[in-house]
Amino acid sequence: MSETLPLRDLTKAKESSRSEPALVRYIIIALAVTFLTIFVVLPLIVVFTTAFSRGIGAYLAALAGEEALAAIRLTLIVAAISVLLNLVFGIAAAWAISKFEFPGKTFLNTLIDLPFSVSPVISGLVFVLLFGAQGLLGPWLLANDIQIIFAVPGIVLATTFVTFPFVAREMIPLMQDQGTSEEEAALSLGASGLKTFWRVTLPNVKWGLLYGVLLCNARAMGEFGAVSVVSGHIRGETNTMPLLVEILYNEYQFVAAFAIASLLAMLALITLVIKIILEGRLERHHSDH
Amino acid sequence: MFLVTRGAEVSAAAQRRTLPGFGLTMGVTLTLLSIIVIIPLAGLFIKTLELSPNQFWSIISSTRTLNALKLSFGLALAAAVVNLFMGMVIVWALVRYRFPGRRIFDAIVDIPFALPTAVAGVALTALFAQNGWLGAPLAGAGIKVAFTPLGIFVAMVFIGIPFVIRTVQPVLIDLDPEIEEAAASLGASRWHTVSKVILPGLLPAMLTGFALAFARAVGEFGSVIFIAGNLPNVSEIAPLLIVIRLSEFRYADATAIAVVMLLVSFAIIFLINRLQRWSQTRGIAH
Repeated sequence: MSETLPLRDLTKAKESSRSEPALVRYIIIALAVTFLTIFVVLPLIVVFTTAFSRGIGAYLAALAGEEALAAIRLTLIVAAISVLLNLVFGIAAAWAISKFEFPGKTFLNTLIDLPFSVSPVISGLVFVLLFGAQGLLGPWLLANDIQIIFAVPGIVLATTFVTFPFVAREMIPLMQDQGTSEEEAALSLGASGLKTFWRVTLPNVKWGLLYGVLLCNARAMGEFGAVSVVSGHIRGETNTMPLLVEILYNEYQFVAAFAIASLLAMLALITLVIKIILEGRLERHHSDH
Repeated sequence: MFLVTRGAEVSAAAQRRTLPGFGLTMGVTLTLLSIIVIIPLAGLFIKTLELSPNQFWSIISSTRTLNALKLSFGLALAAAVVNLFMGMVIVWALVRYRFPGRRIFDAIVDIPFALPTAVAGVALTALFAQNGWLGAPLAGAGIKVAFTPLGIFVAMVFIGIPFVIRTVQPVLIDLDPEIEEAAASLGASRWHTVSKVILPGLLPAMLTGFALAFARAVGEFGSVIFIAGNLPNVSEIAPLLIVIRLSEFRYADATAIAVVMLLVSFAIIFLINRLQRWSQTRGIAH
């Protein structure tokens, strides 16, 4: 016992050399907690209290309306297509970038990240400039009776643009860490390229892939700025859930607006919970190696 | 014949392209990237070239455009400064201290990333409106937040919260405790150790987070427009002016404002890349 005491004192001294006086500590914690409560917790609570302010009946009625259902349906369709495109692109880009050496790789990485730094409004604008009536391809589209802007294809394109880096961003570093030796072994044992990917590469990166899809889906369902520019806000036809929130809010239908908003907030919360679980899995997977 | 095939195989292996699928995956990557990202963005610049330099200048230098750009960039800068300071306070509390609810607060830092911007917009407006939970007491103190530039600032602070925290957090966790202990045992005060030993090591991550928060706030639309008030020359942000010009079919105006914003964004990405290279070379020097 007497032998362990000095050691404990030493650890204590070390600890205190790495910490601040108690008063400073309390002030920092109080500032952090107050700031996050005001800016993050309260807005979330406001969404749900306003949505339920006239009772659960009014809440459910707002969600069961024709317009709400059409918006939910469109949001699900658009997100599904965007996630699918994101998957194809993400897996292809990750394979090409992480398993091979070629000139211009850094530049390609920068191009993939580009949509993250473009304002959502500009992400919608570029498609209006391309496919709109006054756009570069506008006359040709008009002549062939193809509508992209103010229609579902435009919404899908704009959503895919803003979400494009998500899966690739998660997959590239993971697959780079994995190297190529396992795949080479599988191939030398006679497995086909596709089988190698399916049996060797994919199991190694599945949590990262799921993580990318999760983030992509959340952003796709919640995108507002880009979609708002290309949608045309045709009621029951080109309104996604975030757009319907705006319309109802501007019409002072607060309960209905916040009811739809509460669904999107739930989506965000569920996404966060799954994200934390996946991060745990990713870390464990990493430390296994 | 046999020898020739063998030779081809060996040279292919020498190129380190032992895995199949490079042509296919590279083809898919470049095709999709071109259709979704590169061609649409290039279209924006092509449209800009249709404008004469004089036209471009007269659009950009018009009072309303200038005011919108000033408002967006000025408030985004102010919000990023707050995000930098509060981000450091929060990341310090999350990494260095133990307090009840710490893990939950750590998790909700990502809410501004995950919450759809329109939802954030209506929620912040309800909170800070004159009859809102926070707006009412603030109005009592004579401070009007919603529907003023201050409201835009609040929304930009909200949207920028995660950046500094999430870029600094891993660096702060990985920081070698022995450096601090050495500084302390050599007689440095705690404040001296923090400001002269710890903060310089965090600086690249802090600046990266600051730049990311600034870039996000400049382009932000959904969470801002509900609380902004959207009065031309007073509380009208640049992205909203783009939307307004589009709805008026003044495509040239929308394009010119967009190009200015895009060029600034590209400059910021360039800066962030340089910062990250800088921090990597510092890492090697350690």
